[in-house]
Amino acid sequence: MSLKEKFIFNFIQHDRWKYITDGLVVTLKVTFFAVLLGIALGIIIAIIRSTYEKNGSAMRGFSKFVLWVMNLLCKIYLTVIRGTPVVVQLMIMYFVILVSTRNKILVAVIAFGLNSAAYVAEIFRSGIMSIDQGQFEAGRSLGFNYVQTMQYIIIPQAFKNVLPALANEFIVLLKETSVSGYVGLMDLTKGGDIIRSRTYEAFFPLIGVAVIYLVMVMFFTWLVGILERRLRNSER
Amino acid sequence: MKKFMKGLLATTMVFAMTTALVGCGGSTEPATDDAAAETETLIMATNAEFPPYEFYEGSDVVGIDAEIGAAIAEKLGMGFQIEDMAFDSIIPAVTSGKASFGMAGLTVTEDRLQSVDFSDSYATGVQVVIVKEDSDITSVDDLFAEGASHVVGVQTGTTGDIYTTGDIEEDGLGTVERFPKGADAVLALTQGKIDCVVIDNEPAKQFVAANEGLKILDTEYAVEDYAICFAKDSELTEQINAALAELIADGTIQEIIDKYISAE
Repeated sequence: MSLKEKFIFNFIQHDRWKYITDGLVVTLKVTFFAVLLGIALGIIIAIIRSTYEKNGSAMRGFSKFVLWVMNLLCKIYLTVIRGTPVVVQLMIMYFVILVSTRNKILVAVIAFGLNSAAYVAEIFRSGIMSIDQGQFEAGRSLGFNYVQTMQYIIIPQAFKNVLPALANEFIVLLKETSVSGYVGLMDLTKGGDIIRSRTYEAFFPLIGVAVIYLVMVMFFTWLVGILERRLRNSER
Repeated sequence: MKKFMKGLLATTMVFAMTTALVGCGGSTEPATDDAAAETETLIMATNAEFPPYEFYEGSDVVGIDAEIGAAIAEKLGMGFQIEDMAFDSIIPAVTSGKASFGMAGLTVTEDRLQSVDFSDSYATGVQVVIVKEDSDITSVDDLFAEGASHVVGVQTGTTGDIYTTGDIEEDGLGTVERFPKGADAVLALTQGKIDCVVIDNEPAKQFVAANEGLKILDTEYAVEDYAICFAKDSELTEQINAALAELIADGTIQEIIDKYISAE
């Protein structure tokens, strides 16, 4: 078979391209909602952890105890999530925890979102901790309370610092969703696998899937580049 | 295009040189594209998730296919080695020469014949449907009934997958969920995530025995013949067919099958 015939055999015959496009939609859905979940949960964890680290020693009594417990819970969460492979977490989520649901996309979003949150939390915490203590003191002396100082002075600067690391995490997340096939969810990689199991050809399905991932990551990197340039404008 | 061909040529040469180097390194490494080595060790590609045809016992792959493969190698005076891999990787492994032949309860299908040659059949398999005991699916025909919309679990790339994709998914009679392992599909069934599993009869029996509340439908989904697959125009096809015929004639094959499948 010539290359062209092979291409037709792998993608056109029996509408096999549908496996790829259907899979791509699933991959995008899972990644998008997992990113949202990851950012939301990650920021909460990062704020708890950095608040404890910055203010814990100055606090007294019940509020210190509450913060201590929350910090401990976050630490346990980070240890467990970062200490186990995401594919194992996904299978635990599907076969052990969310036993009664039929919605595999939901399972994948939760599994990947919870996983990503742990990494995002540490990225944000490093950003918050990297801002000079003087910025904080300046905010407080201008009459801002703790939350306002965080909101208007610390977080915007921290966000700019962590943007490259954050973009990195999302690229990893996008590619990590390729293990969704382990629970029978048909994502982009699984779509390619199904074609491979029908045509017994490795080249086109695998290269095709690889190119699509690459294009998505390049597009995302380009978007982040624009965002970084925009944010840098305020420095002048 | 010219550039591409040049690159291809360069890559091929680098690959050939590496292979040659590896060849110098040690004689223990079986290189299947090397005709001399091929006569020494037969490498059998299989997916050891398919009891009783192939499964792990300790760290060894055992089962009907494994024993038949070993018997053939013995008959031909060759060494024997089993490579365990994902089911859908078996045929690519055989066509690319990474394995001498594939034996994993493989059924002869038109699509597969485009990529590989098959030996004579050595066993008969039946595709059956596993359902929960209280399922509303009571016969195979229920899956094809007008307006049916069941979620069917299969193992990726198996004949069960191929049949149900054609019969059920493409006709809009339900969806097919493809799992990497038959056991995962059965687990999803016990948890109520899917409505039935289409899989080979023998592993199905073991899955049903191991899980409470499951049953196999009385009517079979399809009957099929298992055969060994080879790369197209391989010299092995003839040799192994001859060995297989002898083993069938002297009752060895039946003995092996009886050992794993108790006659009902």
